[in-house]
Amino acid sequence: MWRSGGSALNALLLAAVVICALSVVTSQHKARKLYIELQKQKEQAQQMDVEWGQLQLEQSTWATPARVEKIAAQQLQMQLPGSGQVQFIRVEPDGHIDKQP
Amino acid sequence: MNYAASAHPDITAELPGWRATALFALLLAGLFGLFGRGVYLQVMHDDFLQEKGNARYSRVIEVVAHRGMISDRNGIPLAVSTPVESVWASPADVEIDSRQLKQLAQILGLGVTELKSRLSDTSRDFVYLKRQLPPDQAAKVVSLNLPGVSLQREYRRYYPAGEVAAQALGFTGLDDNGQEGLEFALQERLAGKSGSQRVIKDRRGRIVEDAGNLRAPKPGSDIALSLDSNVQHLAYRELESAVRQHKAKAGAVVVLDAKSGEVLALANYPAYNPNNRGKAGNQAMRNRAVIDLFEPGSTMKPFTVATAIEQGKVHPETVINTEHGVLTIGNKKIRDTHPESMLTVAQIIQKSSNVGAAKIALSLEAQTLWQSLADSGFGAQTGSNFPGEAAGRLRDARTWRPIEQATLSYGHGMSVNLLQLARAYTVFANSGELKPISLLKLDAPATGRKVFSDATAHALRDMLELVAQPGGTAPLAQVAGYRVAGKTGTAHKLENGRYIDRYVASFAGFAPVSNPRLIVAVMIDEPDNGQYYGGLVAAPVFSKVTEAALHALNVPNDAPLDNVIAPPEEIIKEEV
Repeated sequence: MWRSGGSALNALLLAAVVICALSVVTSQHKARKLYIELQKQKEQAQQMDVEWGQLQLEQSTWATPARVEKIAAQQLQMQLPGSGQVQFIRVEPDGHIDKQP
Repeated sequence: MNYAASAHPDITAELPGWRATALFALLLAGLFGLFGRGVYLQVMHDDFLQEKGNARYSRVIEVVAHRGMISDRNGIPLAVSTPVESVWASPADVEIDSRQLKQLAQILGLGVTELKSRLSDTSRDFVYLKRQLPPDQAAKVVSLNLPGVSLQREYRRYYPAGEVAAQALGFTGLDDNGQEGLEFALQERLAGKSGSQRVIKDRRGRIVEDAGNLRAPKPGSDIALSLDSNVQHLAYRELESAVRQHKAKAGAVVVLDAKSGEVLALANYPAYNPNNRGKAGNQAMRNRAVIDLFEPGSTMKPFTVATAIEQGKVHPETVINTEHGVLTIGNKKIRDTHPESMLTVAQIIQKSSNVGAAKIALSLEAQTLWQSLADSGFGAQTGSNFPGEAAGRLRDARTWRPIEQATLSYGHGMSVNLLQLARAYTVFANSGELKPISLLKLDAPATGRKVFSDATAHALRDMLELVAQPGGTAPLAQVAGYRVAGKTGTAHKLENGRYIDRYVASFAGFAPVSNPRLIVAVMIDEPDNGQYYGGLVAAPVFSKVTEAALHALNVPNDAPLDNVIAPPEEIIKEEV
């Protein structure tokens, strides 16, 4: 049974439904846009990860002991210190310095 | 209006009643037909249609997971996976003119005819043109913009240390799965599991929604090895120069942390470059230190002597009659080339007397000697989990004849791998405790098993120090500023069950003696430049590796810097 107040309520509910429906559409749209953004960022993160790996690789390739040794000996004319040229200094936990031998 | 009547007035206007009925039935049938089809599509065929519908916008994409990194104990990368591009083609779709063909062949480094033949097989949908191309070359292929030619991302493994640690690390195949060495042993932990994900794509192919993970990707874990790339380099460098100098067939060096049993270096020569394997042969790929067996020779004597001391049969100062260098057992003779009539137990080790060691061995029960050798890790795998590790051979004591028990005392009639030998020396460096081997970095030193008492281990330590002094077999093992101890070994090689005149020279030792930090074992296979004694071939390698490694690890001196005494002209040759 419809009462006089009933049709007003119905109109209100109808309006509410329409508004809800539209906001679902817009929020879905926003969510998708944000998701695309997220994907982009993730891809960038992965790209940077890859680059980090490559840089690490490059660094360790340049810094291999064999290469460092070769450059030190050939280009820089360096040599390993002989046994008499090395002196160990031991620092005790209390800060006391103990030269040896 | 009566259409029929107007067309032909003579014919009666009455139509037979069945026609209307038939038409009605026909329409009704049509209605039911449509209704039925509707039910069929909506209810029974629903899944299929839903799937087809989803296929318009939802896609399953692969989420790649890369292989974990292998680093040394200080975090320096030893094996890293990095993406590369593979070029593939779908021959049926390829449109290419001869000029482009030439360009493509040049970029890929292929012959024009070879490329042509690969592209001519139109029965296949997928042909790799070139796998694992560096990014800059891949970019050039893209810039040619050829229809039907595409790129696929793959991972390739790079080894910054190159040949220095090649055999220990092993390598991976084209699909980035471990095939040899530690890459193979640690495959389970290193391998990433790629995942897949259902996504919704829009008209432009962008992913707009995550419709759920089907399988989450699991990237491989990074693993820190126990190796120290600095020590590894030093070991490899000295090994290489020694093998070349002595024109040897091959060689290996193992460096252990004496306290924890961690492997600091595992070097082999000849080696290969793992970044460009090319036609590296089987010989270069062998990790000799772990998978090759050899007769240890005199490096075994300390274990025989330690057992006898432990059993109370002898003291370091006990004098043994060495029979002027000849001992007859059954119809076999054991000889010393430097015959002495009397030697103390310590001198037997120092001068490496076979007769003395044999006599000490014969004073022991076979089972006791066997137990002590087995407890020191001989005849069993070290637990390094290296693929293909050889266990070595130590025969059951019940099958020993007296001559076998005697020869065993100086390391004949049994076989070991170098890693096993190095590990066995942890008992002398660690007050009688045998440490487990680890190729992975340990957070805390592992506890081992006590084989000999503290007193026995210290007595042996003192005897082994005598070996590296003038009067011993290895004065060339001395290191300036550090006290070192060790034992030489020289053994004939076996071929088809007979001893031949080719040798394996070895040296196993530790330093500094006052508080051992490193155990270094050296093996040189078939030195062929006039010298073949362990004291002349392997001991200098020990000395150089130990000195450099102790410096690199900042180990304080335990001896004055002028402790090295020039060896006599004629260094005592040990018995073979």
